[in-house]
Amino acid sequence: MWREWIPFWRPGVSSYAGDIDLLFAGLLAISSLVVLLLLVLLVTFAVRYRRGSNADRDHRIKKTWYWEISWTTVTLIGFLCLFVWGAVLYLEVYGPASNALPIYIVAKQWMWKAQHPGGQREINELHAPVHRAVRLIMASQDVIHSFFVPAFRVKHDVVPGRYQTLWFKAEKTGVFALLCAEFCGTDHSRMTGRIVVMEPAQYESWLSREDVGGTLASEGAKLFRELGCSGCHMGQSTVRAPPLEGLYGKPVPLQDGSTVIADEGYIRDSILLPKSQIAAGYEPVMPSFAGRVGEDELIRLVAYIKSLADEGRPQR
Amino acid sequence: MHEAHPAFQYATLPQQHDAAQLGMWTFLATEVLFFGGLIVGYFVYRFGYPADFAAAGRHTKIAIGAINTGFLLTSSFLVAWAVTAAKLDLGRVAAWLLVLATLLGAIFLVLKGYEYLQEFHERLVPGRNFQFDAAHARGALLFFMFYFAVTGLHALHVAIGLIVLLAIAARARQGAYSLQYHAPITVAGLYWHFVDVVWVFLFALIYLPGRSGE
Amino acid sequence: MNPRQELNYLNCEHTLRSWFLTTDHKRVAILFAATITMFFFIGGGAATLIRLELATPQGDLVSSDVYNRLFSMHGIVMVWFFLIPSIPTTLGNFMVPLMIGARDLAFPRLNLTSWYLFLLGGAVTLYALFIGGVDTGWTFYTPFSTMYSNGHVILAAVGVFIAGFSSILTGLNFIVTIHRLRAPGLTWYRLPIFIWSLYATSIILVLATPVLAMTLLLISLERFFGIGIFDPNLGGDPLLFQHLFWFYSHPAVYIMILPGMGMVSELVTCFSRKNLFGYKFVAWCSIAIAGIGFLVWGHHMFVTGQSVFAALVFSFMSFIVAVPSAIKVFNWTATLHKGWVSYDAPMLYALGFIGLFTIGGLTGLFLAALAFDVFVTDTYFVVAHFHYIMVGGMVTAYFGGLHYWWPKITGRMYPDYWARAAAILIFFGFNMTFFPQFVLGILGMPRRYHTYDPALQVWNVLSSAGASVLAVAYLLPLLYLGWSLFCGRRAGPNPWNATGLEWQTSSPPPKHNFPQTPRVQRGPYVYTPEAVAVAQNA
Repeated sequence: MWREWIPFWRPGVSSYAGDIDLLFAGLLAISSLVVLLLLVLLVTFAVRYRRGSNADRDHRIKKTWYWEISWTTVTLIGFLCLFVWGAVLYLEVYGPASNALPIYIVAKQWMWKAQHPGGQREINELHAPVHRAVRLIMASQDVIHSFFVPAFRVKHDVVPGRYQTLWFKAEKTGVFALLCAEFCGTDHSRMTGRIVVMEPAQYESWLSREDVGGTLASEGAKLFRELGCSGCHMGQSTVRAPPLEGLYGKPVPLQDGSTVIADEGYIRDSILLPKSQIAAGYEPVMPSFAGRVGEDELIRLVAYIKSLADEGRPQR
Repeated sequence: MHEAHPAFQYATLPQQHDAAQLGMWTFLATEVLFFGGLIVGYFVYRFGYPADFAAAGRHTKIAIGAINTGFLLTSSFLVAWAVTAAKLDLGRVAAWLLVLATLLGAIFLVLKGYEYLQEFHERLVPGRNFQFDAAHARGALLFFMFYFAVTGLHALHVAIGLIVLLAIAARARQGAYSLQYHAPITVAGLYWHFVDVVWVFLFALIYLPGRSGE
Repeated sequence: MNPRQELNYLNCEHTLRSWFLTTDHKRVAILFAATITMFFFIGGGAATLIRLELATPQGDLVSSDVYNRLFSMHGIVMVWFFLIPSIPTTLGNFMVPLMIGARDLAFPRLNLTSWYLFLLGGAVTLYALFIGGVDTGWTFYTPFSTMYSNGHVILAAVGVFIAGFSSILTGLNFIVTIHRLRAPGLTWYRLPIFIWSLYATSIILVLATPVLAMTLLLISLERFFGIGIFDPNLGGDPLLFQHLFWFYSHPAVYIMILPGMGMVSELVTCFSRKNLFGYKFVAWCSIAIAGIGFLVWGHHMFVTGQSVFAALVFSFMSFIVAVPSAIKVFNWTATLHKGWVSYDAPMLYALGFIGLFTIGGLTGLFLAALAFDVFVTDTYFVVAHFHYIMVGGMVTAYFGGLHYWWPKITGRMYPDYWARAAAILIFFGFNMTFFPQFVLGILGMPRRYHTYDPALQVWNVLSSAGASVLAVAYLLPLLYLGWSLFCGRRAGPNPWNATGLEWQTSSPPPKHNFPQTPRVQRGPYVYTPEAVAVAQNA
């Protein structure tokens, strides 16, 4: 590949890495040209027109306006092209992922916890299948961290109090470095891990080898009953609560007239801050579970409610 | 009545006067950004917790707030009157007006202190003894945090203003100001009017949420 | 005339009182210069330790906690106690009245107050740093700074808060001075670009710093009272802090660079003996940078999860704000065309600035491009980018200005050979230190890392080696400029044969600057053929 000729350049391995590397090459080319042009001009002028040389200094440029408009226009057009290029690629990198495998990440000082829907747990490691889009749903237990995989050319901050999502599709197997990229305290530089990308068959066998208590969704179902959620949200109850079957991914009309899509963040906020977005037609009587559930429990509840997406049949 | 000379870096008194005014306006611009930043923070959370802010707003003491607003507005009026008096060489009148304005400002501070005391007894002080109806506690905590921070800062500005007004009053009584030289009293007046205007905004943001027929 | 007997601002009074209670803008400038030089070496000391540690991949020189406090100290001291005050409070304070034909600033006592506030803020911050320091980075991100750090966050924040008022007062003073104290005939379009750029800087100083003050106040309140403004567990939003912080801190970087750009305009014109190409464009570009600079703060937050719409707007505006800077670079280059270029030390610094600032600015475009920023933000790419602008740009311009106006300020000339050698050594040391850091960023080394992947050691060693060259290079001016104070050749009023009102008075100037108020009839950079001929034969 031509990129391997750039001495220190390791090509990216995700599906969008090639485009990002191309953007880099473009930026580098344009910048180098500009710097070179500037260098040549500065050196030429400084030498030819040095004090004591007898270069021709008559006919100095009088109409500076033509030059000003010209180089301003060229600069502006060039910059706008770069903006569009960067923006279009950004919409892809931070855009939605179709048919992606969801994996939950909890960041805490100073480690990464990964949880697969089937209940497999990892610390500072993430096993993923090659050629398959993986969508990470990330939460922080304490301070702001940042999930950074240089080989995939992607990162996203993990801010406490909300869910962040990040997707990637690895196109090569191998082990790639995971680094925390937002200063988070003493061992920030040691909050590193490995992304292990495997062939699908090996990934499946890895999944089955792992010790699991239950899938995330089944553990979530247990929590759902233990915490009393089923008391209002399922079956007969005197309290009228919005049904959760088929909720995930659908638009929810709110009391103030707006509509939101029920994504992971909405489910999480409804558990922790039930008064913040009240569903239309319902009373604001749901108690808050803030302080009673940690990030790990929240992930399981969210996984369970997601699994109710189709006719109440739990899915993987 | 003595002749006023411009300071050595100024050629004429009007130039010095203009510079002093421009200086105070620039300073007030920084104050707008300072209070403005706090108010932006307030609005961010108000949009995040509208019901909580309304509930919290109902616990503020609108009667005291309204009376205080009256005192400050009157005080500003007196200061404006004093500036005119100073320009007309009525130094003693100006001084008395300023003292009266200071008195009203001091009453403002006393009432504010009484209000704080009440809020302390009602357990509305974040970080000390905050207790609020659980349904609205989150946003109410943020509301009262902003309330104490912004009114505390405002009170500090009022207190500084009182000292400035008294100092100017003393100079006015000595006949220091005239039509030719009145920059200090004009500029002090500008500051006091600004403190007043900030209060009007704060009154609307603090005392009025939750009280309009909902 | 014998300078020894002539009364100037330096020798007119000798008591300590006359220095520490001075209202002479020139003496206040000297007080500031001494203070910020001290801070420069404190921040530089922290940088030396950082680069020493990073020469090896393991954390073997200091513990992680100490390392985190070191880079935080480096950032806080360099940003707020060196870069932000530097040119405005030293060269600005000294030169603004001289360049506009005034006898002092509009509010001389406020100027002295500004210095005392700076001292007080600096003392509080240094105290905080030396009794244990902060480990939050200069950016104080929440909730780490408010809830988890066990450093002296509140003390450090209070110190910076106080120093902020010093900045505000300086900016206020300059705005009023430039509006009201210009000499007769000195219209806006006859002002030197240095004044235009300081005016633009002052607008930012005055409007942005209060927001920082308020933000620092809020984190201090939160940390002290445990209330949840930025704490997600209590309903607060950690990102609100970032918005408020960067709303100030992005314009702050323009506070740092605009005076440097103004300086370069002065140097390039004087040492090409030619009028500035596109004067009006350059003047208005300064104002444009100041204005647009308030609208780009979100580009520090592209990976925090802000809305796509916000990201697009901030990226777009970030590209737009780069246009005026590019225009300036083209104009400076064009000024050299058909001029009479000399290679005195100030000019070497100016040329260095143009090159290094261009590289820094272009890498800013890399960061403004959204998809690429996702890759390299929070890595050494960003570190290299801002050091190219701040050190390669700002510090270089400061040194250029210091050398240019040294004869005016002190009445002495520095040794030319040493000055040029130091300038060249600084240029090479600087590139050797910071260019490898671009590579490190692309190879994925995050910022604020105490330990790193051993595969990256080569580039770190290169950078640390460069840093040692740079350290020596920065010590050189301290030595030869200090020497020149006692043994340098005495300078006349206009050793560079430059235009500008400051050169129409003696070196050093008398206490009230001009024996008579000058009258101005021409633009700032009118180098007539006669003046050029005189310079040719000088």
